[in-house]
Amino acid sequence: MGVIAVQAPGLLTTVQDLGREGFGPLGVSPSGAADAVALRIGNRLVGNAGDAAGLEMTLHGGTFSFPMGAVLALTGSDFAATLDGVPVEPWTSLLVNLGQTLRVGPALFSGARCYLCVRGGISVEPFLRGASTHLLSGLGGHEGRALRKGDVLTIGLGKEGLSPWLPVRVPRHRKRTVAAKALERLAPRKVLRVTPGPQSDWFPKAAQKEFYASTYRVTEEANRMGLRLEGTALLEGAYGEMISEGVSLGAVQIAAGGLPIILFVEQQTTGGYPKIANVISADFHSLGQLRPRDEIRFERVDWKKARALLMEQEKLLASEELIVES
Amino acid sequence: MLSADEPRFQYASDQSLLVYFDQPNKKGWGKARPLQSEITRQANENVRRLLRLLELEPVAGVRNLHPAYCSLLVKFDALRMRHEELETILRRYLERLKEVRLPELRRVEIPVCYSGEFGPDLAEVCAQHGIAEARAIELHASVEYLVYFLGFVPGFAYLGELPKALATPRLATPRRRVPAGSVGIAGTQTGVYPFATPGGWRLIGRTPIKMFRADSDGSSLLSIGDRVRFTPISRERFAELEKKWA
Repeated sequence: MGVIAVQAPGLLTTVQDLGREGFGPLGVSPSGAADAVALRIGNRLVGNAGDAAGLEMTLHGGTFSFPMGAVLALTGSDFAATLDGVPVEPWTSLLVNLGQTLRVGPALFSGARCYLCVRGGISVEPFLRGASTHLLSGLGGHEGRALRKGDVLTIGLGKEGLSPWLPVRVPRHRKRTVAAKALERLAPRKVLRVTPGPQSDWFPKAAQKEFYASTYRVTEEANRMGLRLEGTALLEGAYGEMISEGVSLGAVQIAAGGLPIILFVEQQTTGGYPKIANVISADFHSLGQLRPRDEIRFERVDWKKARALLMEQEKLLASEELIVES
Repeated sequence: MLSADEPRFQYASDQSLLVYFDQPNKKGWGKARPLQSEITRQANENVRRLLRLLELEPVAGVRNLHPAYCSLLVKFDALRMRHEELETILRRYLERLKEVRLPELRRVEIPVCYSGEFGPDLAEVCAQHGIAEARAIELHASVEYLVYFLGFVPGFAYLGELPKALATPRLATPRRRVPAGSVGIAGTQTGVYPFATPGGWRLIGRTPIKMFRADSDGSSLLSIGDRVRFTPISRERFAELEKKWA
């Protein structure tokens, strides 16, 4: 079986799949890739099922060696990676020979997260049927934590049930890359589209107008649990706590000080702040690429539009034209 | 006014729908602070009934359920269904709530060592209420609590109601790290932190028992609807039990 040896873990690197749904009654949020679109495409590039587990790197990647080789792809933000010193093309599958070393650097131009997908996926002890790391509670993924130097990860057998890169056999590999046009359409956005939140009408018209007219800045307190924003405080309508209720992924809650917090993949499952808006599903992956100091705005769309945008995105992700083989 | 039997629906996001069993007080919504309905055991029982029914007879396309005090958030696959369709299905489920048999009542006892470094806020809580520590411990351990729901982090149970004589607002500034097993109070709620996490509840004790097991099944000591009692234990007993649970 193939392995990945972690020589340097990077800033915050975790094993993630598409998250575990269905455990809300236990207080367990899905977790999963912050940019699920990037993980899904990466998996397609290397021939995995879309929900195979990969590595999520944050702002600065790590150094990984592949004693038995691998087929991999880097997706998401461009982290300027090299394989034995040779630059690696992002969004493209790549054959790694026995003993080669991949160095993944800092996020180049923009974005926050880069995904390393490997053919066969990363194999970990499942927790509640999923491979995702839930950092806050130390559950799932690789020992419930971010990777450390010296960790060795097992590459799974993939959907074919056998490892195609035993040392005796060079894995079959045809280079696959993502169509430029598709990448353009899936590019992370800074204008996040939202639908109204369950407590929208707690906020006076003027406050709502202000919310949609304002530019907010992502603070340093932006992680997998949530993104705290700074900018115009909405004091009217920000009543502080209410009776706790279930909260959705992408909920924009207004805390006591009037500033928004966007709940993210490792969110708490219930919360007690009024929610003025909710980021639409088609823009979740954009949240995963926001970094501190990024400036964002919110744009209101109706339910029909939100659904149409999600359908459109799914159609693109499933389409033949997404990936070009050479 | 709506009765508890007439729940209301609210779109929460493009892939989730909230069902409320509370009684909203519309007076002043959007103008003054919305007056909130009280958390009633009846409303929570309806939440548990609907949750139970949805677990026994899953709806295709429903992906997750988040129960809370008087509401249930239903997350669905937006590619498969719309809010309206889900609402129609849920209305049929709601008509059958009365016939739902809730799981047999489970009673759980949680040993707690109060005071000392385990309960760093106990003295302050006592000072606020003008009572002795022994009295505060007695009060906390005097009632049977209901697990209203699990939320926040895996295995964190929201327990109510704390005797009024102990009710204390949460800390103005949350702690960055609360040790696992800490027993906290906030308002008329009490609960145990399953993991070392940030937290704003006032800490009055600690249990040596593991609230959430990180095995592949992720078993939680407490489930929604359970009844819980806290039993005061000594420091020595804490150490013994801690060894046993390690």
